[in-house]
Amino acid sequence: MARMKFLCDSERCIECNGCVTACKNENEVPWGVNRRRVVTLGDGEPGEKSISVACMHCTDAPCAAVCPVDCFYTTDDGIVLHDKDICIGCGYCSYACPFGAPQFPEKEAFAVRGKMDKCTFCAGGPEEDGSEAEREKYGRNRVSEGMLPLCAEMCATKALLAGDGDEVADIFRERSMKRSSRPDTWGWDVAYKDGSHEI
Amino acid sequence: MRSERWRCAKWSAVFLGGLLALTALVSLYVVFASSSVAADEGAKKAADATTENPRSEYWRAVRHGVSGYSAVTGPEANVLIQDSGQTWRELRNGAGLNVSAWLMAAVLLALGMLQIFKGTWKLDYRTGKTIRRWSVFDRFIHWGLALTFIALALTGLGLLFGRYVLMPLMGKEAFGAMSAVSKPVHDYVSPFFIVFLVLTLAAWMKHNVPASYDLEWLKKVGGYLTHEHAPAGFINAGEKVWYWFLILAGIVVVVSGLFLLTPNFDWTRSTMQLSSIFHIASGIGLICFSFVHMYMSTIGNEGTFEAMVGGEVDERWAQLHHDVWYDEVVADQASHEPQPERSLG
Repeated sequence: MARMKFLCDSERCIECNGCVTACKNENEVPWGVNRRRVVTLGDGEPGEKSISVACMHCTDAPCAAVCPVDCFYTTDDGIVLHDKDICIGCGYCSYACPFGAPQFPEKEAFAVRGKMDKCTFCAGGPEEDGSEAEREKYGRNRVSEGMLPLCAEMCATKALLAGDGDEVADIFRERSMKRSSRPDTWGWDVAYKDGSHEI
Repeated sequence: MRSERWRCAKWSAVFLGGLLALTALVSLYVVFASSSVAADEGAKKAADATTENPRSEYWRAVRHGVSGYSAVTGPEANVLIQDSGQTWRELRNGAGLNVSAWLMAAVLLALGMLQIFKGTWKLDYRTGKTIRRWSVFDRFIHWGLALTFIALALTGLGLLFGRYVLMPLMGKEAFGAMSAVSKPVHDYVSPFFIVFLVLTLAAWMKHNVPASYDLEWLKKVGGYLTHEHAPAGFINAGEKVWYWFLILAGIVVVVSGLFLLTPNFDWTRSTMQLSSIFHIASGIGLICFSFVHMYMSTIGNEGTFEAMVGGEVDERWAQLHHDVWYDEVVADQASHEPQPERSLG
């Protein structure tokens, strides 16, 4: 069984926000809600890096752990989804989430939040696959049609990858090797003194 | 598993400390809420790392709340990863749930033991004559505060423990539907609670100034363990402690609650996380204390409940439980008693 993952290659992302737009259009998300966003670190400085971020579909999802009504569930593909019929809009998921994925539509009267909305990995929700109710509440269910999330499919530089974790990792490993660079992960200088390749 | 348990124990200790130190929390609150020191340090580290080695230490710093630029606008949309959510999760789901549950159970158990071993503290006799204790206004604000408090406590406990206690019994859908009602009830009742809280605290402050005989009352624990009477004025020392705790915990519960109530002001997530923890700690503290108050003023002590219902207490009750006040009332009545009419003949 596949374990779905997103990966954004910071060496490739050009901050075009195509993923954000693709997601908004495909899922017809409510006004004021962006399920995906691009964050540029060190903007305008040498070595700036852009990363597209949305729900990362955590294995031990903090949102699910703190939800007072337990409205989250993980699909067989490792995609974290939620039931808007159960959600009470308390906002706890947004306090717990490291990535700022949970979004709340335009506030209702008296500052009450609406139902939470977030990236579904284009996999809809608990309603019947491809049904009108599902499309209205959660957006397009592309996964049930054998397709991957549109944000990654539309990425012009193929920085944003989505799919089975093993395949995504293979693609990224190959890229890293071709760049003949050191691994991007932190801790290299700690493990190998002065960043040397010699052990 | 072991490290998980250790983490829970660690956070439990932190949480318990927090409960005890409610006083200092309000000032701490403002400092924490407005600071983003950790994030700034992270950014600096990230900047240093960029110049030296863009590919290693950089990402380590990013994990701790470094902010950048994002075309998407919204609260903290420019922060890539926030890590305080994990601390909040462990505090709330670890200590917040466990310490709270054990604390409430311990208080209820202690009160149960008191009732089993000492039973209701009965009046030895009644004189049948009553003394006015609470005016209509006093009773109105008391019951307004009590009812709004109970509504908030029940809905609040439902949001904290319901998933673990009620949901397995009711099923997910029914519990979700109930919570969808109890959450707005919690929100909309809270302003009334604040009004009643302020009224009560303001109206009764004059009764709650500590007096010298209060120490003796506290030494005897009000006589609840021996059923020997301890000295007290209009308000006994135990009630005074309850009053001052209500002020302190009340400020914390109201301030933190107002943050949680107004997400439309786009408070940062760290503000909300802190608010949530303080709200749980002060709320559970108030609930535990209210258990004691409710027990002592009803089945724990004969003749007390009628004071808040009809506003009058039996003379004997006043004499036994509030001797200093009783003496004052008697002296006051004596001085106001009309002089017997002299015969003019």
